[in-house]
Amino acid sequence: MTARFPPVPVAVVLAALAVLALLVLLPLAVVFAEVLDQGIGRALAAFDDPESQAAIRLSLLVAGISVPVNTLGGLAASWCIARFRFAGRGLLLTFVELPLSVSPVISGLVWVLLFGAQGWFAPALDRLGLQVIFATPGLVLATLFVTFPYVVRQLVPLMLAQGSDEEEAALTLGARPWAMFWHVTLPNVRWALLQGVLLLNARAMGEFGAVSVVSGRIRGQTLTMPLQIEALYNDFQAPAAFSMAALLALLALVTLAAKAALEWHTRRAPDAAWVPA
Amino acid sequence: MLFLVMATGDRPAAAQDSLLNVSYDPTRELYREVNRGFAATWQARTGRIVLVNASHGGSGAQTRAVLDGLQADVVTLALASDIDALAARGLVARDWQSRLPEKSTPYTSIIVFLVRSGNPKAIRDWPDLVRPGIRVITPNPKTSGGARWNYLAALGWALRQPGGTEASGEAYLRRLFAQVPVLDTGARGATNSFVQRGLGDVLLAWENEALLARDEVGAGKFEIVYPSVSVVAEPPVAVVDAVVDRRGSRAAAEAYLRFLYTPEAQDIAARHHFRPRDPAVAARYAGTFPALPTFGIELFGGWDKAQAQHFADGGVFDQLTASSK
Amino acid sequence: MRGVFVHASPLPGFGPALGLTLAWVSVIVLMPLAALVMRPWSLGVGGVLASLGSARVLAALKLSFGASLAAAALTVPLGLLVAWVLVRGRFPGRGLADALVDLPLALPTAVAGIALTTLYAPNGWIGGLLAPFGVQLAYALPGIMVALVFAGLPYVVRTVQPVLMDLPAEVEEVAATLGARPLQIVARVVLPALLPALLTGFAMAFARAVGEYGSVIFIAGNMPGLTEIAPLLIVIRLEQFDVAGAAVLALAMLALSFAMLGAVNLLQHYLARTTR
Repeated sequence: MTARFPPVPVAVVLAALAVLALLVLLPLAVVFAEVLDQGIGRALAAFDDPESQAAIRLSLLVAGISVPVNTLGGLAASWCIARFRFAGRGLLLTFVELPLSVSPVISGLVWVLLFGAQGWFAPALDRLGLQVIFATPGLVLATLFVTFPYVVRQLVPLMLAQGSDEEEAALTLGARPWAMFWHVTLPNVRWALLQGVLLLNARAMGEFGAVSVVSGRIRGQTLTMPLQIEALYNDFQAPAAFSMAALLALLALVTLAAKAALEWHTRRAPDAAWVPA
Repeated sequence: MLFLVMATGDRPAAAQDSLLNVSYDPTRELYREVNRGFAATWQARTGRIVLVNASHGGSGAQTRAVLDGLQADVVTLALASDIDALAARGLVARDWQSRLPEKSTPYTSIIVFLVRSGNPKAIRDWPDLVRPGIRVITPNPKTSGGARWNYLAALGWALRQPGGTEASGEAYLRRLFAQVPVLDTGARGATNSFVQRGLGDVLLAWENEALLARDEVGAGKFEIVYPSVSVVAEPPVAVVDAVVDRRGSRAAAEAYLRFLYTPEAQDIAARHHFRPRDPAVAARYAGTFPALPTFGIELFGGWDKAQAQHFADGGVFDQLTASSK
Repeated sequence: MRGVFVHASPLPGFGPALGLTLAWVSVIVLMPLAALVMRPWSLGVGGVLASLGSARVLAALKLSFGASLAAAALTVPLGLLVAWVLVRGRFPGRGLADALVDLPLALPTAVAGIALTTLYAPNGWIGGLLAPFGVQLAYALPGIMVALVFAGLPYVVRTVQPVLMDLPAEVEEVAATLGARPLQIVARVVLPALLPALLTGFAMAFARAVGEYGSVIFIAGNMPGLTEIAPLLIVIRLEQFDVAGAAVLALAMLALSFAMLGAVNLLQHYLARTTR
């Protein structure tokens, strides 16, 4: 460590902190302020409402399906993309990352185009008596779409940087494929994987635009937590809306804390691979 | 969060019948109580338990949802044109409006002004809305049924003025919408903008919504101004034939809608600030609902004509807002 | 096939992994997008152009893309400032500040929406401060910009940080010993090195801003032709039973976004070549 950077002037530090406070901290503070304003007791009472409870259950269900599915798919895709070279690899990666560039509203619209009453699969769904849009399957599909790339974005840069030497070594030592995967590959990427899963979960529970297009807004049935927040807000029940918002904000804070802890664990500074979208 | 999940384990007794009522925006409180009353009646009559679910949103948005496959057994929307759109697709019988009394409209409302307490801007009637500096809150007629009634109420007043013509009506509307700072997608959103976020000087709203805002949010903060003339807003109801025939819920669905006309339900409606059709109930609540001159959708040639002329793509509303930039 | 299309590799599992991946990508991404690409043409080419040419659509696209470009441009210096301080500053609470940067990514957009609106409405903490001066933030363009900068900030910060950290201090030290003043060092030495990262951050913030819905919808005024963002117009068209029209606008948004991102990509390649 030869050269050192000159210290940053205090004024500059304060300016940056002011930016952060104004832009990021204040909105967070407002949510909790609105909750504290009404008193903790009344804020908690908001969760006695059966519709709000249903919204929480639905959000958990949707996330509970989206996280494993996109994690498994993400692992498979990362394995292909980072460990092999094949024609169309770049194209595959582009497609995997495509949902990042798509507006949430469009992410919901595409499912209406497929499964809505005038959609591609409408006749088939009709015959089978299945309901996708305006029911939980539609919510899950919309969420799967928007959270698609998170795990891949975490794993691919890391796996490319690590290279496949350890795995090849394990193979030459006689390890079977699954053993190699389980004992060499996964441990090497576990922190990045966890970070991807964390953000996947946060996004799955917090998605608004996509699910609002495919939800039927049926009270107690197809409203996830963010939609319930909007519904409460529009119902002259802003306090209850902020209670639920505070719950999601807490989840966001826990996600951030866990992510920070994971990074400290790898003693790795936040890098571009983390930037999800 | 685990305790929340576990605490939500209580479930009501298993329902044998279920209905989905797809409704417009300001009817949440109304149907919560109506549904309870209907469940009791249905059980007394048939011994079966019925679970009535409700979905609320801007009338136009809800219509789209039903067209896209939302399995509504009944629709209780803001205006006939929206149900006509369902009929055009074959989801509802073409003669739906004549199957129930009063053109299938169990309750009505009118359009009124909601202002801040003390009426600091002295808003008394339609001309005041276009005074310089007055900001008017109304939802977007493209998505909200209430907004379309607002628009027609304003237009109707302008047309009935001495020397009123279509041109003078449109001129008035253009000036009116130039005073609107924000267009929410539903009636509730507009009410929220006015009531909770303190936007605007006057809210154009359903009477039932205005009364709810005045009483729910707290007395003393708002008052209702009844204009010199208003439109009779008739939110109709209908059974969605395609769905009830497939689900076998026609009996329950028809009973549900007929329940809306019973004295019990009419009383519930009146208590939730909707103008009941039943004369006896109306007489009881005469104090809540002032009488004032009104006109109906007939002034505009019926909903088909009004929808096509004003609210369809390229219609008068589109032209008004396009040239107001 | 292996030798031709796939480079030989001792690692196992390619076949099954690729199969699973392709199935997963096809069902969840490709199929829906195919529907989006094909649906607008049910109107015919003329219909598509007419649907796109309406004044309202053009205003919405102009607003969405214009505000997003401006917001992303604004986010770059702000993000650079924050990244700089987080990397090179030494102050109590730095770790906390660093963790907070990711909040816009982790916070649900609806929560951000109602929070920002409450904050900037005429009776809010900040809106209330500025209202007496006749400055309106919520339901006007400034409010939209705030929401977009909020959404885009983490992208710029997180893209710049690692590059900033990797910059060797020697170069700046040498510049200092040669007599350059701090600002000159920043402008002539550091910024050019950061340019690719800044561009990437800009592109990502822009992409996010264009599609942003939840946090903007509460704070925008939604006035057609004035404060109506393109995603909202898509929703409105859907609610008017104009599914094809909604698909048209969605496809246009996607195409425009890709075009802009492609342009940024080209710019980055050009920079990479010329700054070698």
